[in-house]
Amino acid sequence: MPEVTEKNDAHITVQDLTMAYGDFVIQRDLNFTVRRSDIFIIMGGSGCGKSTLLRHLVGLRSPARGKVLYDGESFWDADPSDQVRMMRRFGVMYQSGALWSSMTLAENVALALEEYTALRPAQIRELVSLKLALVGLSGFDEFYPSEISGGMQKRAGVARAMALDPEILFFDEPSAGLDPISARRLDNLILELRDSLGATMVVVTHELASILAIGNNSVFLDPITKTMIASGDPKTLLAESKDPRVHSFLTRGEG
Amino acid sequence: MAAIRPNSGENPIQECHIRFSQPSKGTLLIQFTGHWTLQNELPSVNDVEKQLGGGGPIQCVSFDTQALTGWDSGLLAYLIKIIDECKTRNIKTDQAGLPDGVRRLLDLAYAVPEREGARGVAKRPSLLARIGTDSINVARGTAETVSFIGEATLAIWKFLRGKARYRHVDFTMTIQQCGPQALPIITLISFLVGVILAYIGAVQLEQFGAEIYVANLVGLAMAREMGAMMTAIIMAGRTGGAFAAQLGTMTVNEEIDALKTMGVSPMEFLVLPRMLALMLMLPVLCLYSDLLGILGGAAVSISILDLGVLEYFNQTKNAIHLHDFAGGLFKSAVYGTLVAIAGCLRGMQSGRSAAAVGDAATSAVVTAIVWIVVASAITTVIYNILGI
Repeated sequence: MPEVTEKNDAHITVQDLTMAYGDFVIQRDLNFTVRRSDIFIIMGGSGCGKSTLLRHLVGLRSPARGKVLYDGESFWDADPSDQVRMMRRFGVMYQSGALWSSMTLAENVALALEEYTALRPAQIRELVSLKLALVGLSGFDEFYPSEISGGMQKRAGVARAMALDPEILFFDEPSAGLDPISARRLDNLILELRDSLGATMVVVTHELASILAIGNNSVFLDPITKTMIASGDPKTLLAESKDPRVHSFLTRGEG
Repeated sequence: MAAIRPNSGENPIQECHIRFSQPSKGTLLIQFTGHWTLQNELPSVNDVEKQLGGGGPIQCVSFDTQALTGWDSGLLAYLIKIIDECKTRNIKTDQAGLPDGVRRLLDLAYAVPEREGARGVAKRPSLLARIGTDSINVARGTAETVSFIGEATLAIWKFLRGKARYRHVDFTMTIQQCGPQALPIITLISFLVGVILAYIGAVQLEQFGAEIYVANLVGLAMAREMGAMMTAIIMAGRTGGAFAAQLGTMTVNEEIDALKTMGVSPMEFLVLPRMLALMLMLPVLCLYSDLLGILGGAAVSISILDLGVLEYFNQTKNAIHLHDFAGGLFKSAVYGTLVAIAGCLRGMQSGRSAAAVGDAATSAVVTAIVWIVVASAITTVIYNILGI
């Protein structure tokens, strides 16, 4: 692992989380802890509820049961104003990028800065250019999302997610739909941002290469038993897990 | 095993048959002959079921495909039905007699067990259950609508106190869209409505030699009701549907989620500017429509009824009072609010698929028109009681 001093304090704690759409339970009894500066992978086969778990973590869906704690503070028991305050501490990169299509990249990144800081327009412009440069999109400030490629949209999504220098960054399937090289670049970006900003990263993915390259902690969701069947460093899981489901997932079913 | 290839689909219709025999006690041998493809009429599975049930206790089913000349997924589906049937009856199946390709595909089909609970209950719910579900949906929909109106009201209250967060560009763009850009169609429709009203009036009033009252009819109808109603219905189709489609697409694209996780209220950011724009522009369009309608009426009256221009306009001026216009304008403000709420509500409720966005747009227009007509009836009765 890169030379990050891993403090073992819990940043996000999930307790007895059960997720359901109406009566249809997606996952039940999830318990795990994301430590500060972790790159935490949420993995599992398609349709096991990875993205749904992410939506619960970022406050878009309320759990059927259980708690999500940020630094010990329960998100779903907090007042709406406190929830907004907690949400401001994290940034989310959505699967499709989810850039606001009627706004340029610069406006997309600038929105949070305009809303939550007292910076002058000139300062905001500088910051926006910086964030876009960090994700390799210098000079694309005035482009609309529809004018750039899918990989660029995802990177712009990362720039927007980190506009306010959040403590936690969530990534929903960052490498889905990208060619191997773009996917690799995005992985490197996640690693570098963690190392330089010290932010905690939560990544939903089933991309094996990414999981083993960047993850240092994880949870494995199983669609059949509808609960987590493993957690910990993916590389350790690969080496030591006795569970055939986890092992076959991490070896593409070849081991 | 003879290598029989799946059928490529070029062959003309050929025969296919199934034969049963019991080579030893308790074993059913099913013999497939001919061409088992989807183009052919395949035998019914009922025959197999009869054999399994009728001919004594059978413990094992095996297959013979020596005389099979071609197959595709038709045979596979048939075999799966037989195998499933055997499973429920606790009968073993011996797949050794099947072609290699068929065996491998069957293995593939049974490789991942069916996820429990994933397959919806296939049977049609009873009438009572459907009435119950519908009632629950209606109640839920009403609750959603009420809470949406509540949130919209809060957003407007915040706007009035100058605390609402939205982009002014969005507001002016929407004003542009639902104001000036709607003028051509409003011009056409309003003028024609005036023409139609004048014709209807002219035919009746001519019988009494009271052609001049066409001016009263057209003027009052446009000012009090038709101007507001026509603009509202045009805007429901033109702008209400567009609002729903825009917000629906943003839902599909996770743009609304992105706003929420940034702590920005989509209500203030997206719904408020749209609602304000429509509430402001609809009365303006209504006034324009009133005037165009009166012009349309005048055109008919002057050209076919031989009324003078001055005469017509004097009559109109005497017939319509300021409160008639004011009543119409108030109605159009109400309609504007309703169209905006219907469009934004349906857009925000939209599901996450292309079809759902289409449904949202349709539903927005239908909802808006129903609300407009109901509101029109209510306001007309109230005006009548108040004597406006």
